[in-house]
Amino acid sequence: MMRTACLAVAGLLLAASSGACEEAGSYVVTGDAIMEPLVGGKGDPARGAALISDRQRSLCTLCHSGPFPDAHLHGTLAPDLTGVGARLLEGQIRLRVVDMKRLVPNTIMPSYYRIAEEEGRRVATAWRSKPILTGADIEDIVAYLTTLKG
Amino acid sequence: MRALWGLVGIIAAVVCSMAIAAGIEGSAKRSGFDFMTPETQALQADDMSNPGMLWVLQGEQLWQQSEGRADVACAGCHGDASQTMRGVATRYPAFDEATGRPIDLAGRINSCRGERQQAEPLTPESDALLALTAYVTHQSRGMPITPAIDARLAPFRDNGRRLFQSRIGQLDLSCASCHDDNWGKRLGGSVMPQAHPTGYPLYRLEWQTVGSLQRRLRNCMIGVRAEPFAFGAPELVDLELHLMERARGLRVETPAVRP
Ligand code: HEC
Ligand code: HEC
Repeated sequence: MMRTACLAVAGLLLAASSGACEEAGSYVVTGDAIMEPLVGGKGDPARGAALISDRQRSLCTLCHSGPFPDAHLHGTLAPDLTGVGARLLEGQIRLRVVDMKRLVPNTIMPSYYRIAEEEGRRVATAWRSKPILTGADIEDIVAYLTTLKG
Repeated sequence: MRALWGLVGIIAAVVCSMAIAAGIEGSAKRSGFDFMTPETQALQADDMSNPGMLWVLQGEQLWQQSEGRADVACAGCHGDASQTMRGVATRYPAFDEATGRPIDLAGRINSCRGERQQAEPLTPESDALLALTAYVTHQSRGMPITPAIDARLAPFRDNGRRLFQSRIGQLDLSCASCHDDNWGKRLGGSVMPQAHPTGYPLYRLEWQTVGSLQRRLRNCMIGVRAEPFAFGAPELVDLELHLMERARGLRVETPAVRP
């Protein structure tokens, strides 16, 4: 159900901005995807696999389940990521990790490559003025998720 | 027939907006107790094994103990807590005439200490303050939460609701994102409760000690990478007010046990 809603919204965006590319920070969104890597070249899927399961740093498995270790510690707040590389193209996965709010404005999935606006947000000092993950981290995760074909 | 459907529509709309305004309604309202494993439930249910009872017993002693320059005990003014404190915790936070704003039970205990016993305030999360708060709240165990109807509290409760619904921290989540919209699902290995303040102060296995509701709220704020409000901050008391209204009708469990 969640995924249908997500795709429907993505479809709307695609229609609204068809052909046009928009600047958003240091990356370019085309439809529901970011086609170019955020930094450098391809990420490292092995690093990405380790990072996905890092409950302190990436937090992914607090919400998502998938073909990752420690299944009993996986959350159920979000769609299972098994086979995500078959459902979505690399650029689509990249935008979803970078800024899911663009596709589902009210989503609980954090925007990993956006600096939370300070106003009233009370961001703790240690995390202030930085995105949750670096561009290189996100490329590693994207490289890994594209290998999940089923 | 059409008019009837219209009426149904209006009723549905009213019920929906009530649900949005107050959070979780009626039979859907569940204590955190209901989401725990049978083992942890059993630990809470048996007073002989419930570790929180040690704080209640300590509180009972402190209740009798003279303190401060006035050299008077809580019992000196309030007598037998099982009579005079019964039901009190079900309607806190309450309006405090002296400061013109709501005060929670721990705040009230500390203000009695200062004003009447003329003693130094107890520090937040000290064993003594937790013990006295647990002892007083325990006198309401089993009674339904029934916040006071006091118009002077309304603006503070509204602020609490606003805080509950505001996205905060680097993760940009609100209390409502988790506790209104996603209760019953799992965040990592933990089941997401509805965030009802039914059992505080309570023994949390993860803390290996008793902690206050404010400690819990600060933990949730730290979890979303937000700067937590300081212990005793007015915002935390406003949040407590909103949580008690949201939990109206659920029963007091103090001292509860949580994972
Ligand atoms: C706090 C919860 C939360 C966290 C943490 C989280 N996500 Fe998500 N994610 C969601 C939700 C919810 C959705 C579905 C979109 C919606 O409906 O809001 C989603 C959707 C996705 C999708 C699209 C899935 C599909 O099948 O369409 C991908 C890919 C994804 N997340 C990857 C990640 C990665 C990688 C991380 C960590 C770096 C992560 N998520 C962290 C909640 C989360
Ligand atoms: C990212 C999800 C998340 C957010 C956001 C969040 N919480 Fe929680 N909260 C939890 C989880 C998970 C638990 C239960 C922890 C456990 O039992 O292991 C919890 C527990 C609680 C409890 C204890 C319930 C009980 O049965 O004792 C209260 C009260 C509470 N939260 C209030 C809040 C408030 C107020 C906010 C906002 C300032 C908030 N939470 C934000 C995840 C969250």
